[in-house]
Amino acid sequence: MQKTITRAYMALVYIFLYAPLAVLALFSFNSAKSRNVWHGFSLRWYRQLFADTEILHALLNTFIIAATAAAISSIIGTSAAFGISRMKKKSRRLAMSLNSLPMVNPEIVTGVSVMLLFVLAHKFLPAINFGMGTLVLAHTTFCLPYVVLSVLPKLQQMNPYLYEAAQDLGLPPFFAFFKAILPEIFPGVVTGLVMAFTLSLDDFIISYFVSGSTNTLPIAIYSMTRRVVSPEINALSTLLFAVVLGFLLLINSRQAKEGQNKSIFY
Amino acid sequence: MKSKFAVVPYFVWVAVFAMVPLVLVLFFSFTEKTGAFTLENFIEVGRYSGVFANSIVLGGISTLVCLLVGYPMAMMVARIPARLQGTAILLIMLPMWVNFLLRTYAWMTLLEHNGLINRFLQVLGVGPLDMINTQGAVVLGMVYNFLPYMILPIYSVLVKIDKRLIEAAQDLGAGRRAVFLRMTLPLTLPGVISGVTMVFVPAVSTFIISKMLGGGSNMLIGDLIEMQFLGSSYNPHLGSAMALMLMIIMLICVGIMNQLEERKV
Repeated sequence: MQKTITRAYMALVYIFLYAPLAVLALFSFNSAKSRNVWHGFSLRWYRQLFADTEILHALLNTFIIAATAAAISSIIGTSAAFGISRMKKKSRRLAMSLNSLPMVNPEIVTGVSVMLLFVLAHKFLPAINFGMGTLVLAHTTFCLPYVVLSVLPKLQQMNPYLYEAAQDLGLPPFFAFFKAILPEIFPGVVTGLVMAFTLSLDDFIISYFVSGSTNTLPIAIYSMTRRVVSPEINALSTLLFAVVLGFLLLINSRQAKEGQNKSIFY
Repeated sequence: MKSKFAVVPYFVWVAVFAMVPLVLVLFFSFTEKTGAFTLENFIEVGRYSGVFANSIVLGGISTLVCLLVGYPMAMMVARIPARLQGTAILLIMLPMWVNFLLRTYAWMTLLEHNGLINRFLQVLGVGPLDMINTQGAVVLGMVYNFLPYMILPIYSVLVKIDKRLIEAAQDLGAGRRAVFLRMTLPLTLPGVISGVTMVFVPAVSTFIISKMLGGGSNMLIGDLIEMQFLGSSYNPHLGSAMALMLMIIMLICVGIMNQLEERKV
């Protein structure tokens, strides 16, 4: 009896989570313009999607920004994690509180505050404009704490004397880091990089305030939902979902193959 | 060169791109267009206190619903055979990776006047319900978007509980209810607090969900702030005052929750 209740409850929750997405996917194949009334099977919205230059341009922008922001934040964040791991307890706790501030702050507050910064910067240096540059700067800023959080545990798990040992053997500090520490913390760095990339790809609220006339994919999606009532959006979301599903399945199966049955997600 | 200077680029970046902007918000909220000091912005914010209260109430309701629905779900997932748990969690996380604009849009389609839910109800003979552009729709949108953020932290804490603690409690004669209330629940409190934080803060400060599902008459703080910066009435001073109030309220709430956790430990 209890087992049936458990199964029914879990099923209901999963249905709740997936029903809207399933409906979205279903009507992406609708032959008419309606989102609710089925008229027949058609791929026209997918064709229209691939011909939509605005969306494709936005997609390209989004990838460039995500890659750049992920790269910069990984470098600065890993370096920061390394420095923090060598700090004394008091300064470390201060650094970690500072680190967690952007994560607790509502995104809209971060968004408008950075917008103010760029508006003011534009007043003094008219060359600075809202666009790809401001987007990269803003994205890097909110990715940094997550990189630090991904790398720091690995640093703490590592043998703390590796760095000194490498230096004792004659390596200058910079090289000691690259040869002795980086290989040990590499999984953490990769996790941070992937997290930063993902956060940047999906960001809407902060991008919305600093993008100016540049389009990122989430911003383009937003304008689509505001004006056009076309199942092209359905096609886009179905494709994105399929890509994400494929990607996650790939990661999970890779980890299962390596013998670990633990996901990287928890 | 001391190795802790590796932190310097990070501090500089955070100072310029995170701290200075917040100082600017502070500055703008206390000034008006000419640059003169004024408290007028905060007085005006006071006139919107209803919207603030509404946002906190709706955010609170959504968080509560997420907790009531998500906690049992986390427990159930923690009890299924270990080899299935990875997939179960993956399935819960998957919707999180779909852009939340699209997820909210999906509910727009379902809740519309001639959307699928209403058409299904009409087949059963029940008249079309007014579902979209209501506060209920906004809460539904919030719960839908944030439920996984509640389930995951609770699950990850549940899974790490030392089973021997539970066994010990049972050996000492505790019934199922007592084991749950006095062992499991307190032990999972950090996960609960984490989940509550990850739902409450975005729920109160969202502006998309309220715009898409609530229509123009159900404005939340986020909508108000957005209007001051990018909307028709451009007033960054008022917007900054609102943003400042929002940030302070959120810091207080999170601070209270952290206190709860520390007191328990």
